[in-house]
Amino acid sequence: MAITDAPKIITGRFGYDDSHTLTRYVATGGYQALRKALEMSPDAVGEEVKTASLLGRGGAGFPAGVKWTLAPADVWPRYLVVNGDESEPGTYKDRILMERDPHQLIEGVLLACYAIGAGQAFLYVRGEMALAQERIAQALNEAYKAGYIGRNILGTDYSLDIVLTWGAGAYIVGEETALIESLEGNRGMPRLKPPFFPAAKGLYMQPTIVNNVETLSNLPWIVNNGGEAFAALGAENSRGTRMFAVSGHVRNPGVFEVEYGVTTFRDLIYAPVYAGGIRDGNQIKAFIPGGGSAPWFFEEHLDLPLEKGTVDRAGSMLGSGAIVVMDETTDAVKAALRLVRFYARESCGKCTPCREGTTWLERILGRILDGNGRPSDLELLMDVCDNISPGLAWPPKQTTICPLGPSATAPIASALSRFRPEFEARITAAEEARTSVPVELKAPTHA
Amino acid sequence: MARLTPENVVLAQEIIDRYPRPKSALIPLLHLAQEQDGHLTDEAMAHIGDLVGVTSAEVLGTASFYEMFKMEPVGRYMVNICTNIACQLLGGEELLHHAEQRLGIRPGQTTADGLFTIEDVECIAACTEAPCLQVNYRYFHKISTDEFDQLVDDLASGARDDIPPHGTLAEIRQHIPPERKAGSVVPEDSTVPVWIAAAEEADA
Repeated sequence: MAITDAPKIITGRFGYDDSHTLTRYVATGGYQALRKALEMSPDAVGEEVKTASLLGRGGAGFPAGVKWTLAPADVWPRYLVVNGDESEPGTYKDRILMERDPHQLIEGVLLACYAIGAGQAFLYVRGEMALAQERIAQALNEAYKAGYIGRNILGTDYSLDIVLTWGAGAYIVGEETALIESLEGNRGMPRLKPPFFPAAKGLYMQPTIVNNVETLSNLPWIVNNGGEAFAALGAENSRGTRMFAVSGHVRNPGVFEVEYGVTTFRDLIYAPVYAGGIRDGNQIKAFIPGGGSAPWFFEEHLDLPLEKGTVDRAGSMLGSGAIVVMDETTDAVKAALRLVRFYARESCGKCTPCREGTTWLERILGRILDGNGRPSDLELLMDVCDNISPGLAWPPKQTTICPLGPSATAPIASALSRFRPEFEARITAAEEARTSVPVELKAPTHA
Repeated sequence: MARLTPENVVLAQEIIDRYPRPKSALIPLLHLAQEQDGHLTDEAMAHIGDLVGVTSAEVLGTASFYEMFKMEPVGRYMVNICTNIACQLLGGEELLHHAEQRLGIRPGQTTADGLFTIEDVECIAACTEAPCLQVNYRYFHKISTDEFDQLVDDLASGARDDIPPHGTLAEIRQHIPPERKAGSVVPEDSTVPVWIAAAEEADA
């Protein structure tokens, strides 16, 4: 167990009712990092973030400071796009950051754009999040008025417009190239990489850095306290703190900011200060360690630390910091079907293995659950999975442009490998029902 | 009820002016039209196409991709019940079934009085508050069947005037004061930003 007293880097203001206002933000040290950064060179700000070893908090976990350096030199203009399209099943952290501390995010955007030389930023909030849009609009209006955003920020030659923009309901838009398509007014369909790596060819084919809300929210603290102070927290490649949402069959579901890399799954799920253990004294059956796209973990994984490399090597991912706990009462077939249905509904349809594969996975699992399963169905499920993601390896191999398709195979492969008897029992029951009902032949009623 | 009203055209123009390319304003403008009429009319989509310089077909091509845009009238209150994994584990599907019984409609349908539409939606990022739902994209956490009934009664009787009709998202809009606006950065303008150039000069 490693429950540490690491500082609350990004959730520190959540205790205030008015944490979303400029008054509270400035009264609690807000926009000091911006003032400090404006005294530094843009490169020096970038170096602090590199020193911090801040990993992207959106899902893929790519080092943010390194991402910033991928834009080709001397190609202008550059853009920053903020990914606030949080929709991964089980994920609940970016929305709270936008609703409760929008100025912290805005300051993060200001720092990032100063460092990378972006003159315009687009803050893309998920369409369904009306309050987050409202809080950010209000915060932007306040910050423009106070001179923190816009032309000649705080009297310097740094100028930046931050534009609030929003989606309209599509999970796929969380994928960065799909988000850029959406921001260009198109259907949110991912672009092929290469050549369309956003850092090289992104929004309007210009160098574009896409960063997640939580990632950017860390920047004010990093600039105020230094990259080394951030890197001193955590372990191995996972530095600083991170937000995790623990949901499902736990006594005290919640969103917790904990020290990254050292806190374990057992700490988060069982410690009284966090989720407080399984409800009703039940046993844990399985848990999703990093959002719906992550292969499931089981009891033997509880003592793994929340550290990116460790979790990757154990065959799953921390993804978007979403831990969903299932107790012994959970129907594994039903849970797997619900997750697969999500991917079938959200597939953009661009790549055949994903569009057709996820649809068939949903249908086959659906008929198993409905009592119409066939003995060959389990092999068929795995065969379809293999067609979407060859070999069902980890990290997944793709036959598709983006990882959505392969993500659909994770819950099925997990549930089938661990709870195969549950699937077989439903199929056997279906078989018996079919063979035990005598076929009644009726004479036609019409003459 | 068709094209954008003159007031909304002013708002639309302000939104378009924030982007380097007018088409980038398409989704925000579609939301504006949906706020005006409750759903997207063909006339509004054609009007938006004119404003951003694309055909009606392109507007429809984008609009029809996104779940939130409704091409047909829906209820005054859109009740979106989450049944994704975290909510499913804690009774989201049972809540949806209860809603179906209570309102006498299936997901995607609207009650005869035009008040309610229900939808069976994917994860809405309130997983620790399961089972959860949204009414016109306003959150309701840990909803029991009794609380659901109360909510429906309150909405029907007009007791929840804090929830605007379907189509309205944020009630505060971004407004960039013209004197503070840095200006859109267009791809054709390939000059080095001033503060980057200044830093490079200081280095040299």
